[in-house]
Amino acid sequence: MTHVSIKELTKVYPGATIPSLDRLSLEIPTGELTALLGPSGCGKTTTMKMIAGLLEPTSGDVTFDGRSVLRDKPEDRGVVMVFQNYLLFPYMSVADNVGFGLKMRKKDPAEIKRRVGEMLELVKLPDLGDRKPSALSGGQQQRVALARALIVQPNVLLLDEPLSNLDAHLRFEMRDLIRSLQQEMGITTIFVTHDQEEAVVLADRVALILDGQMKQYDRADVFYKRPIDEATARFFGGHNFIPGTSDGHVFDCALGKLSLPEGATTGAGKLTFRPENVRIGTAADGQNCLTSTIADVIYLGTQTRLKLRVGDTALDAVVNPNEIESYAVGDTLPIHLPRATLWVI
Amino acid sequence: MSNAESIPMRSFRVLTGVVLITWLVLPLIPLAIWSFARGWFYPDLLPKTWTLRAWEYAMSDTAGVLDSLWLTIGISLAATVLSILVGVPAGRALGMYKFRGKEIVELMILAPTIVPGIAVVLGIHSVFISMGLNNTVWGVILVHLIPTLPYMVLVMSGIFANYDPAFEAQARSLGASPLKTFWYVTLPAIRPGIIVGGLFAFLVSWSQYILTLLIGGGRVETLPLLLFNFATAGRNDITGAIGMIYILPGIIILLLTAKHLSGRSGAVGGFGQI
Repeated sequence: MTHVSIKELTKVYPGATIPSLDRLSLEIPTGELTALLGPSGCGKTTTMKMIAGLLEPTSGDVTFDGRSVLRDKPEDRGVVMVFQNYLLFPYMSVADNVGFGLKMRKKDPAEIKRRVGEMLELVKLPDLGDRKPSALSGGQQQRVALARALIVQPNVLLLDEPLSNLDAHLRFEMRDLIRSLQQEMGITTIFVTHDQEEAVVLADRVALILDGQMKQYDRADVFYKRPIDEATARFFGGHNFIPGTSDGHVFDCALGKLSLPEGATTGAGKLTFRPENVRIGTAADGQNCLTSTIADVIYLGTQTRLKLRVGDTALDAVVNPNEIESYAVGDTLPIHLPRATLWVI
Repeated sequence: MSNAESIPMRSFRVLTGVVLITWLVLPLIPLAIWSFARGWFYPDLLPKTWTLRAWEYAMSDTAGVLDSLWLTIGISLAATVLSILVGVPAGRALGMYKFRGKEIVELMILAPTIVPGIAVVLGIHSVFISMGLNNTVWGVILVHLIPTLPYMVLVMSGIFANYDPAFEAQARSLGASPLKTFWYVTLPAIRPGIIVGGLFAFLVSWSQYILTLLIGGGRVETLPLLLFNFATAGRNDITGAIGMIYILPGIIILLLTAKHLSGRSGAVGGFGQI
């Protein structure tokens, strides 16, 4: 049960001129699962290592429940980091790997044995204790790494790209496992990822870091509905950015006058909406209806991506392949943009 | 090896075996025979009379062979331990980090394998005299580090070039102190290198003659010095017996560590794997 707080954390590596991490501040409430999201090299792993005590920050502070931990050695912080490539000790059996943290805490061998058994049960690998890590699959190794971290009941758990090395069906299994164990044990958990999907499915809250600086820190759905700027929207797969001016209720642009939801910003800006929120047909209330021409059709299996033109403006739309009979290049397609799905940045 | 080994491959292996035996084992046979011979003269193929006289003498107190054996073991073990203590951190620095002047440091460490010991030992001799290390066992141990360290550092830098320090970070994060991290995580990973490097160091120290002679001033009489005395005195029988004793540790160590010397072990990579 630890509230983690990061204050103006900065890291400049020796010999570098640009900081790898530039004054990052973040509050991670007790027991929450937070994602640090950003492209590779944006300073996410650097942040994790500084929380874990494996790297010294250039400036700034990390506090647990209000107390600075920068002077604490990594082994005394109550933080366990699970690395992306799992780093199971190759010379030890699975059971010895899982029990490592308890052994370092000088627990009684009988107790270690019992708790390792329980932990392997929990990650659904009860019979693999005697194996060597090299005899396990990637998914199994990841679960051993997770068991090895959780067994010491850390105050803070750090996960480096926890789902990225797993194939599609294992990802959801692992996601459920991490979430259920984390919720059950109430461990404040921070994980880093470059994959917005991974961040969204796993985290309570997401901190987006671009170029060593935090862009936005919010619940996952907000990044889709209310991105803070174009770079943020693009990182989450946004494609439509139409320049114009907003008066807070109506956006005036090349598509015409479109009505905006409550709370939209005013002045010159860009209208953004997600491709999947473009609706086919005219709206019942007649709001924000447009007539488009299909410029390209990309069939994606469960979805179809359409490149549309409204006058000279190009739009991206993702639609249900079976919504209408067929999509053909050159066809005229009536669309509308539901008011609640629009946002001005 | 698979059953599908080709015939040329197998004959190559047989040939290698024959060459190795010819070079390494055959020269030892006359030595062994001499140690049991009472005179052995041309044109006899084998000695006419056999005796244990040389062995009895070698094992007696007057010959000093046993004292010399223990002294040599002690000096070689000490040189090996010191080589490990210096070679492991040095190998880590050279194998894992890039720094200014690294090539020069590598060259300096390798230099003793290229430059003959006698070229440097005279200078060291005068330094040791001023430090009072001349004619002492400690002086001999220290001077043995000149030829032993290159092998140790070479082996350890090969090991560390393929070593992932992230395992140490992981151990720290799981609650291990730096000392425990070294013991439980680093040491098992570098153990093959310590064994192979230590083997080299021990054998190199074991076979030192000129450095021991000059720094020990004849007062530190290791086995090779004793052996040389008897050999120059023409006592082929006693030379044979001491010679047999002299090669024994090498063979024992080699047999104990053979599996770490296979081509697949990272320990035999050296700088080549950096």
